Amino acid sequence: MSTETENPSASANPETKSPPPKAAPKKPEPAPVELPAFEKGISDKIVEKFGDKVEVAFVKEDRVRINVGRENVHEVAEFIRDGLNYDHVESVSGVDYPQDNEIEVVYHIGSYSDSSLARQILVLATRAQRETNPIPGNDATKLPTLRDVFYSVEFHEREVFEMFGVFFEGHPDNRRLLLPEDWADLPPLRKDFAIKGR
Amino acid sequence: MTTELPPGLALQKVDERIMTLNVGPQHPGSGHMRIVVQIDGDYIVACDPDPGYVHRGEEKMAEYRNYITNIPHLERPVIHDSCNVLYPYVLGAEELLGIEVPERAKYVRVIASELNRCIYIMYWLAIYGIFLGHSTMFMWPAGDRELLIDLMEKMTGARVTHAHFVPGGVRNDLPPNFEDVCLRQVNYFEKRIKEYAAVFYDNPILISRTRDTGVLSREDAIRYGTTGSVLRASGVDYDLRIKEPYDVYDELDVHTNVMKEGDSYARSRIPWLDMLESCNIIRQALQKMPKSGSVRVKLKPNPKTKGLESVYKRVESGRGSLGCYIVSDAKTEPYRVKLSVPSFRNLIALPNLLKGEKLGNMPSVYWSLNYWPVEADR
Repeated sequence: MSTETENPSASANPETKSPPPKAAPKKPEPAPVELPAFEKGISDKIVEKFGDKVEVAFVKEDRVRINVGRENVHEVAEFIRDGLNYDHVESVSGVDYPQDNEIEVVYHIGSYSDSSLARQILVLATRAQRETNPIPGNDATKLPTLRDVFYSVEFHEREVFEMFGVFFEGHPDNRRLLLPEDWADLPPLRKDFAIKGR
Repeated sequence: MTTELPPGLALQKVDERIMTLNVGPQHPGSGHMRIVVQIDGDYIVACDPDPGYVHRGEEKMAEYRNYITNIPHLERPVIHDSCNVLYPYVLGAEELLGIEVPERAKYVRVIASELNRCIYIMYWLAIYGIFLGHSTMFMWPAGDRELLIDLMEKMTGARVTHAHFVPGGVRNDLPPNFEDVCLRQVNYFEKRIKEYAAVFYDNPILISRTRDTGVLSREDAIRYGTTGSVLRASGVDYDLRIKEPYDVYDELDVHTNVMKEGDSYARSRIPWLDMLESCNIIRQALQKMPKSGSVRVKLKPNPKTKGLESVYKRVESGRGSLGCYIVSDAKTEPYRVKLSVPSFRNLIALPNLLKGEKLGNMPSVYWSLNYWPVEADR
């Protein structure tokens, strides 16, 4: 039983140039964070318009994330559609934060009609109050719907309602979509809904 | 002097003529999905899709497994397109864990992804053919996709669910002599699928059943947020392989297939054109691929991410843009994984497409959405 040496290629070719002596391990300098200009422009427009009502969570390449309070989310979404040319929502995700007593709803908004925005995804996040004993639809876990701004959230919001119990006020079609008709347990994607055997 | 007619003889109101019909689940017209249609005579006046039939809770299960063990199970929603459905998750996990992928692995991934796209589209084409009563179009693609499945078996060791992509590259290097076999098979495959045009797409019966049915205008395709072949059949030039290239797609010459009609015929022809384009991409990738080198960066057993951060990655799958949103909280498991899948997004268009169509056209419109029931359900 033979074991391979650590680096067979290096010992086989002794003529090969030896690597330059290792420099002393330098700590990577905390370079000044350079924000991508185009994405910065998008977030600046929103901040300029809404000021303290919005909070820019991050500006990365091709991605801008804006956190909004629930009372302003509809207004901001309208500005994103009319002022910034974003035209459809790709995905609506719920994220449960039991430690904050909140459920976050994240909209990923993209654009087909404006070619300069083809790579961009604008992430619009808002939070709803979370109930420990939820009665989906009849408790304080509510958000205004964006269905009248972006038609494409229609099924996505229904999915979030079923899976997290976030009721979207003003959605024209608040019915069940995925779960069985007689589902009476917690909304299944909340953190306190445990998988059997775990 | 007119007398009022007795109730039984009075003319019926219009809405009393409307009948509710459950199509599916497990029906030749609908697959695993139930579509509740309301028909007036032969015409559909309303339609309510009900995708929740095989829900398996992929997203919930992903919160209980670490970044590596999630792989063989997150590919389950679309087993015939398993490389592509896994792709955005792997790209997202790489960004969260801060891994750089070797060059050769990127090419292997592109080849696997394009082969998988063809395998998926052939399966879809077989179903589309049989639901339109064209049984030759069921048997030919079902046989020809074996060629590509054999290639995938050589590459990954598995025929259907490969679990080949991992954060840091791909699981195994290509077997010896794979490039030659792949090139030969793909060339033959391309020659073979070109014959489908004569027997299927130029068939007058198919044309009469799909032309001008379920027309989706350009504005509506954008407004409903549709994606993939549905979007491109309505005249929107949007393909993530060009618009937001991932891995090595920016080094390859990729073309988008766009049609303007927006009817079922255009939606069913675009995937076929995509297969021809995939053959081109595979040939280019085989040529440009580095001939040797590592294909995988070894990870620590239970890799952890840095802190509470999120990433949204998307790729172009066989059905359209497929996104994955991962939230991590410095643990070995993801805090939340959300798949934004093209079948679910295209479903929003279905009620509006079927309104006003004849019931007999339902299969041709519904299957032209390139729909995979289990994917919408996750």
